[in-house]
Amino acid sequence: MIEIHRLHKKFGKNQVLKGVNLTIPGGDTVVVIGRSGCGKSVLLKHIIGLIKPDAGEILIEGQDVVNLNGDDLYAVRRKFGMLFQGAALFDSMTVAENVGLGLKEHAKITDKKIREIVEEKLKMVGLSGVGHLKPAELSGGMKKRVGLARAIAMDPEFILYDEPTTGLDPIMADAINDLIIDLKEKLKITSIAVTHDMVSAYKIADRIAMLYEGEIIFSGTPVETKKTENPIVRQFIEGRETGPIKAI
Amino acid sequence: MGVNSLPLVFLTSLFTGAVTSVQAAYQFTDLLSMRYLGSAVSKAVIIELGPVLTALVVTGRVGAAIAAEIGTMRVTEQIDALETMALNPVEYLVVPRFIGGLIMLPVLTIFANLIAILGGLGVAVSFLNITSHTFLTSVRSFFEMTDLWAGLTKSFAFGAIIAIVGCYQGFNTSGGAEGVGRSTTKAVVVASVMILISDYILASLIFGTS
Repeated sequence: MIEIHRLHKKFGKNQVLKGVNLTIPGGDTVVVIGRSGCGKSVLLKHIIGLIKPDAGEILIEGQDVVNLNGDDLYAVRRKFGMLFQGAALFDSMTVAENVGLGLKEHAKITDKKIREIVEEKLKMVGLSGVGHLKPAELSGGMKKRVGLARAIAMDPEFILYDEPTTGLDPIMADAINDLIIDLKEKLKITSIAVTHDMVSAYKIADRIAMLYEGEIIFSGTPVETKKTENPIVRQFIEGRETGPIKAI
Repeated sequence: MGVNSLPLVFLTSLFTGAVTSVQAAYQFTDLLSMRYLGSAVSKAVIIELGPVLTALVVTGRVGAAIAAEIGTMRVTEQIDALETMALNPVEYLVVPRFIGGLIMLPVLTIFANLIAILGGLGVAVSFLNITSHTFLTSVRSFFEMTDLWAGLTKSFAFGAIIAIVGCYQGFNTSGGAEGVGRSTTKAVVVASVMILISDYILASLIFGTS
């Protein structure tokens, strides 16, 4: 379980998070929705310690990770996998090296075993036989899937998805959604995804939370989200320009 | 870091040695015997020109490349990805480049010294009516090991500066492609200035003229 309590973060004069409270039960997928630039990715990066909050606490299985540094923080990070918005594959490495890097550095297993695991993870994301390619040779969708294979290579307990379907065509986006659901069902992974793609949110979420002006203003199941009377949430999920949220 | 810089270092040092020979000969006219030309060229090259010009050339090529590569990794979240995989980006990205800088710059400097002296010899023999025997005897007669160590000590420091400044600017990149360009320029400018300032400080410390 991941619990976030009263999380505050300010960049210069811009108060991005103003006391975020969010709980992600073990094995669930919580999708955080919100406008571009509202702080969704910032929230995600706090969970894994890439950004330190000004105030608040983040409990991973009961352990507060906010003040962890060095090896203690790395020990927590090993429980996580993260899929970045642009996949963030290492350009200088092949696909197989990207997926196997964590195993090579942390797992005390033979190179042969690493190759087997890498191939297994690539197969899970539907990309068998591309291990020798460089990231520059892949399409956007393939990069995302390799990023996903890398995120699950170490069999993490938690996965963070930063805009998993952004920039993909609808068919590829749906394939990624299916993969996320598959991973949850097969590996019982606890996941947080941030997105503004409502199709994806409805499909993969157990709960949907909306981040607006630095706070979680709504949390509910996909069905509850579709039925909510909250005018801010309604405007966002319906994609209307007019309403309480100012478009520009 | 080193091998690919060889052609550029070769070209720079060849012409540096050649022009040093021309300039020294001009200043010797009516004052000193041309028998001393070899030592004048070799001392200038070994103590000062070899280490500094090699460092400046490598800054423009390698320092810029380090800043651009790490800067791109920063803006495309590859450094964040390393962090999330519990890998220390400093150990992973900075340490190898730092060690590379420390080792390769002195090696390149020795290569540059040899090529520059050959450049000076070429000009002396071809255009100044000095035999190669006279030139090389002069180089040998006035050669001091302290000069070589002084030059190499400088190049160690310059190698460290190039790697550290390149990595620092890369790590502190923000703002997409424009930010990468800015970091790259800054890496070259800052490292070049630091090389020139540290050159003075090291020369003062080594030769005790401060």
